[in-house]
Amino acid sequence: MIDMSKSLSSELISCFGDLISVSESGRGMVTIVVPVDKWFEVAQTLRDDSRFTFSQLTDLCGIDYLGFGQVEWETTDATHEGFSRGVEGWGPGRFDWKNRPESTDAEQRFGVVVHLLSTSRNTRLRMKTFAADEGLPIVPSLVEIWNSANWYEREAFDLFGIIFEGHPDLRRILTDYGFSGHPFRKDFPLIGNVTVRYDEEKGRVVYEPVEIVPRVLVPRVIRVDSRYKADDIDKAADEAAELLASRAE
Amino acid sequence: MAEIRNYTMNFGPQHPSAHGVLRLVLELDGETVVRADPHIGLLHRGTEKLIESKPFNQSIGYMDRLDYVSMMCSEHAYVRAIERLLGIEPPIRAQYIRTMYDEITRIGNHMLWIGSSGIDLGAMTVFLYAFREREQTIDMYEAVSGARMHANYYRPGGVYRDLPDTMPKYKETPWTKGKKLKQRNEWREGSLLDFIEAFARDFPSKVDEYETLLTDNRIWKQRTVGIGVLSPERAQQLGCSGPMLRGSGVEWDLRKKQPYAMYHEMDFDIPVGINGDCYDRYLVRVEEMRQSARIILQCVDWLRANPGHVMLKNFKVIPPNREEMKDDMEALIHHFKLFTEGYSVPKGETYAAVEAPKGEFGCYMVSDGANKPFRVHLRAPGFAHLSAMDELARGHMLGDVVALMGTMDIVFGEVDR
Repeated sequence: MIDMSKSLSSELISCFGDLISVSESGRGMVTIVVPVDKWFEVAQTLRDDSRFTFSQLTDLCGIDYLGFGQVEWETTDATHEGFSRGVEGWGPGRFDWKNRPESTDAEQRFGVVVHLLSTSRNTRLRMKTFAADEGLPIVPSLVEIWNSANWYEREAFDLFGIIFEGHPDLRRILTDYGFSGHPFRKDFPLIGNVTVRYDEEKGRVVYEPVEIVPRVLVPRVIRVDSRYKADDIDKAADEAAELLASRAE
Repeated sequence: MAEIRNYTMNFGPQHPSAHGVLRLVLELDGETVVRADPHIGLLHRGTEKLIESKPFNQSIGYMDRLDYVSMMCSEHAYVRAIERLLGIEPPIRAQYIRTMYDEITRIGNHMLWIGSSGIDLGAMTVFLYAFREREQTIDMYEAVSGARMHANYYRPGGVYRDLPDTMPKYKETPWTKGKKLKQRNEWREGSLLDFIEAFARDFPSKVDEYETLLTDNRIWKQRTVGIGVLSPERAQQLGCSGPMLRGSGVEWDLRKKQPYAMYHEMDFDIPVGINGDCYDRYLVRVEEMRQSARIILQCVDWLRANPGHVMLKNFKVIPPNREEMKDDMEALIHHFKLFTEGYSVPKGETYAAVEAPKGEFGCYMVSDGANKPFRVHLRAPGFAHLSAMDELARGHMLGDVVALMGTMDIVFGEVDR
């Protein structure tokens, strides 16, 4: 599997050169980042070139990088008084629409990630691009190349507001009829904006502003301690197993 | 001359053979489907967004509720994605248990499928037969996890607990007593493994019974042969996986091609179809049930011979058990941290796929190093299959739409997420 991805990434580099950036850090899967204006051409080559033959698009999804790597609980500067107890920041689910977080980095906010599969060569590839404009993210559609992209692109449009240029039928797919907003964006509140109930007097279903107070119990923290490094994990596991064994005796 | 217009009709959202909440807008020319436009999302719960707001372990339960007929397979994909990002491997025994339960899940799923699509196409008896055995797979779930459906049994680093030594028995009632009670409890005298083995040995004969009802049944064949034909090329283009792809003759099964858990140790065959119609997909699924029983027996043998841990003993990620907590300060601290904050997963992204009964179930996970995932996308096989509905249904009769829905094996929990 590892040899496979080595040869695949060298072939990708020889085929596309500087056009794309190739990395193998994707845990056993090669990842390429493609500029958005070459998205369609690269995809076409990946399907048709005999070196790649990615016959299937297994998955396509949008991703919103707003707030990537941000935490709500700083724990780095421990003093003799201990950690602070304050939870700050607007992680997922902690805000309502009025207090939604604002975007700071407009360059690489919305991404589209595609997972390709070649059944003849038994390889997978992750392909990624970033929409240029945050206000109106536009990415070329891949429906012509892989028909399975159709609904996935509709989903990414519905949930993230990414517009796929050339898509034959770009409608909402998962949300309610007449829904406004793109719910999976990081600045869309987890509790939503409206509640729905049946009104006895009016004799129909009515929409009302949401009343739930946003609340998340566990703050978002990032820890980069040594305990999470793979080698140390194995070591810790061995030590613990030894300890348990000695105790059992 | 009067103007002739096509007729637009709603199929669902409340229709017994829509298998959940599908609203299918059909444009009909007489009784022939001209265009099918599935409206989905009536069961959309925003699972992926909910996952982003919770520590990793708290979302395993959501996986059961995605594809609520093959619960543990969805859990498997999610748990494997976390394990890959953490760089941990569960103990071998846990891997065998997972393999076994994935196959039990597959049998359970296919039995629900054969029963419900039988009913859709007018075969009532097979439903009753299939649910008789499905009950036993649900009992296996209950014995190991305490829940009959939403098991929440797999954890990053293993499975929640080891297989129990006893199997719950039926109690005496005014209707079930004496010889009848004894007969019902016959397999349940020993451990769970004994029960599973007895089931798996007996199961192929039950599959024969289903086949007697359907395989040569004239009505069944009339409703399925030549319906919804998918060529291998189109099946790949449309993102089909699992029996939908194999029914078209593409020999592609992740359990063989990209093995996970202990599938590389297992001896089993992949059935493939020839014509790519509903009947071939039916045959593929029936044979898969037999192969699953074969895999289960191999796992049972191994699990009998090799006792051991089912969870890693790494307390930075896996909580210590309650017994240890009582007299070990470290264990108490670990327990507290893991249940209040969870564990942080190193920055990175991964895609972990398993061969779920319906096809490839994948979990794409992005972590920014926090104790909650940054983004999770769940690749549900049913979503891709349903998107092929329009192409498959065109030119078929209205009644065939029901056959197509059955052959896709759609569950709305995973399609709408």
